[in-house]
Amino acid sequence: MTAAAPTTSTIVTGRAGTRSARRHAGGSHRSEQLIGWAFLTPFLIAFALFLVWPILHGIYLSFTDQSLTGSGGGFVGFANYAEALTDPVMWGAFGNTVWFTLLSTIPLVIIALLMAVLVDRGLPGQWLWRLSFFMPYLLASTVISQIWIWIFNPQIGAANNVLKAFGLEPIAWLQDPKVNMLAIVIATVWWTVGFNFLLYLAALQNIPQQQYEAASLDGAGGWRQFWSITLPQLGPATTLIGLLQILASLKLFDQAYQMLGGLSSDTTRSIVQYIYESGFVGYRFGYSAAISYVFFAIIIILCVAQALITRRRKDVR
Amino acid sequence: MTTATRTLVAPGAPRARSRRPIGRRFTVLTVLAFAVLLILAIGWLLPFLWAIATAFKTETDAASGDPGWIGASGPTVQAFTAILSQGNVYVWAWNSLWTATAVTVITVTISALAAYAFSRLDFRGRKWLFVVIIAAIVVPPQVLIIPLFYEMLAFNLVDTHWGLILPQVVAPAMVFILKRFFDAIPIELEDAARVDGASRFRVFWSIVLPLSRPILASVAIFVFIGAWNNFLWPFLVINDTSLMTLPVGLQTVISAYGVQYAQVMAQAVLAALPLIIVFLIFQKQIVKGVATSGFGGQ
Repeated sequence: MTAAAPTTSTIVTGRAGTRSARRHAGGSHRSEQLIGWAFLTPFLIAFALFLVWPILHGIYLSFTDQSLTGSGGGFVGFANYAEALTDPVMWGAFGNTVWFTLLSTIPLVIIALLMAVLVDRGLPGQWLWRLSFFMPYLLASTVISQIWIWIFNPQIGAANNVLKAFGLEPIAWLQDPKVNMLAIVIATVWWTVGFNFLLYLAALQNIPQQQYEAASLDGAGGWRQFWSITLPQLGPATTLIGLLQILASLKLFDQAYQMLGGLSSDTTRSIVQYIYESGFVGYRFGYSAAISYVFFAIIIILCVAQALITRRRKDVR
Repeated sequence: MTTATRTLVAPGAPRARSRRPIGRRFTVLTVLAFAVLLILAIGWLLPFLWAIATAFKTETDAASGDPGWIGASGPTVQAFTAILSQGNVYVWAWNSLWTATAVTVITVTISALAAYAFSRLDFRGRKWLFVVIIAAIVVPPQVLIIPLFYEMLAFNLVDTHWGLILPQVVAPAMVFILKRFFDAIPIELEDAARVDGASRFRVFWSIVLPLSRPILASVAIFVFIGAWNNFLWPFLVINDTSLMTLPVGLQTVISAYGVQYAQVMAQAVLAALPLIIVFLIFQKQIVKGVATSGFGGQ
């Protein structure tokens, strides 16, 4: 937790955030203390009850053989962690999650960038572009899962109709273990790319206009401006969007679970799905908690790595 | 880093430039850009349009595999009337509306109070407490489902709306966003009121909050969408059909009526409708809200 602190503050603080609170000169110090804590108390209660306590209790549970039904609960030391690290299903789920993250992050960053750069050119129809690219993001996982189950229907789905039109063989998108992960990636890219698109759009609008004007005067065309101004200026935004996307993709569960009808398959089971299955299907709370913390550790390592990369880049400058 | 991060997070940062006008020349590049954009937009709209088209077919037409946009028996609202005649949809829509509203109101209230304390008030432990809360942004909620469920069992809140709502109200990222906004409000405005004898709370209520309306709206919309669409936690904590939210409730019906394609699509369209309307009304705030709150919306 503490190790991750620099990450977040680096991500979000930037230079503008360093201004500290200005203290009020008047008023007695003691009452200021009380008022400060009074403003904080409601949040702190919720924070302690629904975040800090579950984190601590989860760590405790991961060292027990607690079950959902209340039986067990004895201290088992590192047995759950030892089991997790030698559990082939855990490693399978880990592999699937990394594979999904790789397959989804690349198009989710590149397509979002392409959309944002094109929309930022100021072509007519702004509201239409924004609506069509971002709208899917607003839909619940249930809704998008149902739409894509229908599109991927092996007999009468639209996806196979398209394949047929090109003279290709139909595919059992969600049933065939060789392609079902790809089907989930396609649905996910459609669903969430709009979020990255908006982040890129905001970053694009912050590139100083003068740079383009200067480049124009020097006779640089559109392509040249894109490669030598737009892309380099978007570097930091890309690092941030990439990291956020990796973190989001690692949490794969909702759409995969629903698109496969709750069936667990060895080619798509993600880490979060395995946490859910061992806790709420297998009733092994202790083991499930241990997997949760292995997963949490991976996320913290990623955040720290990102912080280190960002810091190094700053030093270079 | 600085330029981009500031765009992503700085509330109300002035737009550095207005959108460039389309090339005075009608270049090949512009035409190409437009064509690519159009293809992408069609690609992104098609799945949804296809769902709508299916929803207006009869079950027979939908199951026939005929790829036409309109079924052989013509468009019909049969699927919608079938869905709406099952009372559950209204109950679930209401449950979603009220729990998402409760999550939003509580989150925004407690986050704004805390953010103001961190921004303006001096008390012991302010710095390290803020660091702890910021660090908590990286905690993935999925990691906490086991201990949270255990806690809800202990509080007797499993299968209740409060059990659904309360664990969703802690949003450290929102505290951070609001604090940054409050930091940027000129303190002179508050000082004048304080000299006139206004209490801290009064200053917060009648000066700071009104000035913060845009950011509060952004945060509120963001939290609301997240709560409305949340799946995993409501799915775990609610078992009683009459207490389910729309995403979880629809999931159970769909499992039961899996082969009635037109009805399933009609449900999808109905569930999507409220958020699409919200988006059309609040497009500007949502676009800005994603840019300012985006990094915490995981």
